[in-house]
Amino acid sequence: MKTRLALSLSLVTLTALLTLAGCGSQPAAPEQDGAGVEDRNPYAVSTTPVGSTSADPYGLAALKDPKSPLSKRSILFDYDSYVVRDEYKSLIEQHARFLAKNTQMKMLIQGTADERGSREYNLALGQKRAEAVKKALQLLGAQEAQLESVSLGEEKPACMDQTESCWAQNRRGDMLYSGEF
Amino acid sequence: MKTHCLRWLAGGLLGCAAFFVAPAQAQLSIEITGAGAQRLPVAIADFSGERGIAQALTSVVRSDLERSGLFQMIDTTGKVMDENTSPNYADWKSRGADALAAGSLSALPDGRYETRFRLHDTQKQTAIGGQALAHTSGQIRATAHRIADNIYEKLTGERGVFSTRIAYVVKSAGRFELQIADADGNAPQAALASREPIISPAWSPDGGKLAYVSFEAKKPVVYVHDLATGRRHVAANFKGSNSAPAWSPDGKKLAVVLTKDGNSQLYVVNVDGSGITRLAQSAGIDTEPQYSPDGEFIYFTSDRGGSPQVYRQPVAGGAAQRVTFDGTYNVTPRLSPDGKRMAFVTRDSGRFRVAVMDLTSRQTQVLTDTAKDESPSFAPNGRMILFATEVGGRGVLAAVSVDGRVKQRLSVQAADVREPAWGPFSK
Repeated sequence: MKTRLALSLSLVTLTALLTLAGCGSQPAAPEQDGAGVEDRNPYAVSTTPVGSTSADPYGLAALKDPKSPLSKRSILFDYDSYVVRDEYKSLIEQHARFLAKNTQMKMLIQGTADERGSREYNLALGQKRAEAVKKALQLLGAQEAQLESVSLGEEKPACMDQTESCWAQNRRGDMLYSGEF
Repeated sequence: MKTHCLRWLAGGLLGCAAFFVAPAQAQLSIEITGAGAQRLPVAIADFSGERGIAQALTSVVRSDLERSGLFQMIDTTGKVMDENTSPNYADWKSRGADALAAGSLSALPDGRYETRFRLHDTQKQTAIGGQALAHTSGQIRATAHRIADNIYEKLTGERGVFSTRIAYVVKSAGRFELQIADADGNAPQAALASREPIISPAWSPDGGKLAYVSFEAKKPVVYVHDLATGRRHVAANFKGSNSAPAWSPDGKKLAVVLTKDGNSQLYVVNVDGSGITRLAQSAGIDTEPQYSPDGEFIYFTSDRGGSPQVYRQPVAGGAAQRVTFDGTYNVTPRLSPDGKRMAFVTRDSGRFRVAVMDLTSRQTQVLTDTAKDESPSFAPNGRMILFATEVGGRGVLAAVSVDGRVKQRLSVQAADVREPAWGPFSK
């Protein structure tokens, strides 16, 4: 029993990884040396059926489907602010519901800041943004254990120009699911 | 994971670094953009001895002193002398020199060299100092820095910082390098190279280690890195973000910022990462801690009053006191080594500038006219403040004297330089 449970858990993880990577087929064979012919991966035989997107009981495909709101992951913030704007409430609600339904999924929330000012203060500002997203997700049904909020501060800008519109794109809370970080 | 052996010239130590270490290519070049109002005229005669090395040594001594902004070099062309020559004081005075140094470099039987020099006061017409230093041919620059330190101290009454080192981060095309160089930008070495950002390097009080924040784990984690061995360990990696390490003056603890309980808050850990305790508590952001040199206070940035301002709190416990009041953005407090001044970054009409506050009178002076200053760091003698800024869209380092007069710029070709930290005096 125990073995089968472990097997099915790892298959779920594998399914999630494969789907998230946008790849429904079997992973490339591991490199082998010498005359190795024996496949020592005990799960290899089973990966094909569960790896296909048709068997997607958790609806993980929606995370990548541009038509699904779940494919939208970024929440933008105002300058010097960490208040989640009303326009993002429904997006956060959808992700919270998804997390509540899929308790095996974890999420890393990366907060960011624009480049102006102190790097460490911007790191703290990014953290507050990530934390605001985390709190909103928790209120709407996600569990603390599923969520980690971290900050990238001003260190990984999405947009490199020194303009207001560019800075606005760099003040974000990004939601990443298991397999994406 | 190649192994490279590093020779730290200043300390004369031989260390072996085995972690991510590679010799750094690009060197910092220094440009002097402002000098002191009254510079002391000094003559440094060409040191005698093996011509090539003696000249190299003399020129490093001269450029060290000149770069400090406190001295003006007097031409010594045509003067042949060494430490044993009795100078013609009247002649040097007529050339305008208030002080004069002369010396020699000679080969020792064991293959090393000995450099001797003597410093003269032309007004008092007497020798006021001198030194004999044994060194290898690879330690010419280090020897010159020590001579410059000696002359500087004799003439100004304060220790020179020419033998110290600086740490900074160089960003070039998807690569971040934590580099350590001599205070004049020479001999840069990469202690760490990464595809992910590195920020907030902080020197241990003994100069042997750097604490810093690396994003290599897709989130900020605090490491402590031993420079001689290249070995490092995680000092803080809790759930959430870990950042802003600051050494206690005894080198045993690190103040860090953790978010494991929500927002960025101040904690103290032992250098090995054990024994975590909370240092302060607020509903908002507390970050950028720094110990006062006597170890009694922690200065830090907090937005508890609505805008980011500098506060301080007794380490032993007690209420936080607000330190900055002018304007709506005062961050990154850094104390002078004597604890009497505080450098910080202040925002005025969208421009971020380095300012210094006299902690007794609470008088503040803005020292720069740049617009994107960050990360101020005092020289160990407290005279200059090194900081990061931007010139022509590129990150450069700059230094300014605490009176705002002496200004230098340090840049690397085709790369962004940021996050400077001036190391302590070498032993």
